Amino acid sequence: MKGNGDMGFFETTLGMAVLMVLQSVLIVGFVMISLLFLVYGDRKIWAAVQMRRGPNVVGPWGVLQSVADALKFILKEIVVPAGADRPVYFLAPMLSFVLAVIAWAVIPFNDGWVLANVNVAILFVFAASSLEVYGVIMGGWASNSKYPFLGSLRSAAQMISYEVSLGLIIIGIILSTGSMNFGNIVAAQDTSYGLFGWYWLPHLPMVVLFFISALAETNRPPFDLPEAESELVAGFMVEYSSTPYLLFMAGEYIAIWLMCALLSILFFGGWLSPIPGIPDGFGWLFAKMVAWFFMFAMVKAIVPRYRYDQLMRIGWKVFLPLSLGWVVLIAFLAKFEILGAFWARYTMGG
Amino acid sequence: MTVAGLAFYAFSIVGVVAALMVTLSRNPVHSVLWLILTFLSAAGLMVLLGAEFVAMLLIIVYVGAVAVLFLFVVMMLDVDFAELKSEMVKYMPLGLLVAVVILIQLGFGLGAWATSEGAMGLRQAVTPDAAQVENTKALGLLMYDKYLYLFQMSGLILLVAMIGAIVLTLRHRKDIKRQNVMHQMWRDPAKALEMIDVKPGQGL
Repeated sequence: MKGNGDMGFFETTLGMAVLMVLQSVLIVGFVMISLLFLVYGDRKIWAAVQMRRGPNVVGPWGVLQSVADALKFILKEIVVPAGADRPVYFLAPMLSFVLAVIAWAVIPFNDGWVLANVNVAILFVFAASSLEVYGVIMGGWASNSKYPFLGSLRSAAQMISYEVSLGLIIIGIILSTGSMNFGNIVAAQDTSYGLFGWYWLPHLPMVVLFFISALAETNRPPFDLPEAESELVAGFMVEYSSTPYLLFMAGEYIAIWLMCALLSILFFGGWLSPIPGIPDGFGWLFAKMVAWFFMFAMVKAIVPRYRYDQLMRIGWKVFLPLSLGWVVLIAFLAKFEILGAFWARYTMGG
Repeated sequence: MTVAGLAFYAFSIVGVVAALMVTLSRNPVHSVLWLILTFLSAAGLMVLLGAEFVAMLLIIVYVGAVAVLFLFVVMMLDVDFAELKSEMVKYMPLGLLVAVVILIQLGFGLGAWATSEGAMGLRQAVTPDAAQVENTKALGLLMYDKYLYLFQMSGLILLVAMIGAIVLTLRHRKDIKRQNVMHQMWRDPAKALEMIDVKPGQGL
């Protein structure tokens, strides 16, 4: 941009700050607007599987249902339990919302379309998502009530357990790429074979494991035990109403959307087009994210809820050994370049 | 002042204040939350130093896992802290004695402080440009190439500690029902189920 008269302002400190704020607003806007339609789509898909109509009153086909819901949440009265720890009680939903949004800072939407192009981008996303457990724990504890507390204890154990296998799966990707930068990870999947060059093929078992761990990490059904309504009413959210509740819900859906983005970028080539020759672009990433969200919604509709001890057993006794073994295997396959650059993408250069 | 300078002061002030609040706040859960804020500001300072890998590890390991367990334990505590505080006068002399002893030991330690010549040379060596050497790569080269045996040794020590903790807390209860998942998955439905056509009014 050097030498361009119009862009001179954006080279100064103030200009860079303005640019940064504008980009952040753009990303948050994208996330929030997609959130409205995600909640609607989730309910519609769920309804279709159960042969119901789902939301169909507000707007054409009920598209604006989420807007009406959001307005309802904002306009209602905030009820705080008498024994609640007020600062922590209000901090919890804000934290879970802010942390869910923060991770989007390093997610690239297209080649070079990223707010912060840092080298440890994966670790940043991982750190942000490992902090999300605090919103749940703090909310459950600060409500000073039994169901929320039990829900938050369950959730803390669950989220920590599945983070371990998520991290190990990501290590496999990092080993193949030789970098923790999302841009490099997508670039490493850019081969002449189109969709067969993406990481889902060399890392096939891990796609399944990552998807299931993502379900557990975001407290989605069938692993929604922190808020299992048949046992804990609504888990850690029991005592929350109005806007704080909205923040919790929004945080949860943003985390799911982030997991969709991660699945698309890590395993399905991000913004790359599946067929060589068709131009790459943001549309592909968006389509992949929507497809993954469809999977999330279908799982919610199809699979019955797990029992808590089964959930912990799967996490520690099945997923952890499998993903750990996979890391060792990938390390060998990449080091000795079995099948050329199939697992060792860093040998391709670039 | 530059943006980095502003960020430095923000992180340091928040870090020091949060560390103070860890000891000053009366509620132990609040203490742990302040401790988390201290960790986060320390991570922010590390990012400013260019050590982004260490910063992220600090957040993932300490804030994301260790502090969660702290919070777990503290939340479960049912201790009357007013009662504990009322006995402070009783324990004050002993506490002061311990503090004085530790202070004297620290004084001796610092007085006899010496560094080897090799360490001095290492400290003054020119650090490579952060833009050229990636954090992760530099750390990995140090740990897995130069200090491989030490790294493996510390891993073994941690493994021993882990096994020890598990052995200490593991107890097998015989009086509860357990589910053998494999056994259950291989069960034959034909053997487990029996269809009976019950005539109305007769029962079995």
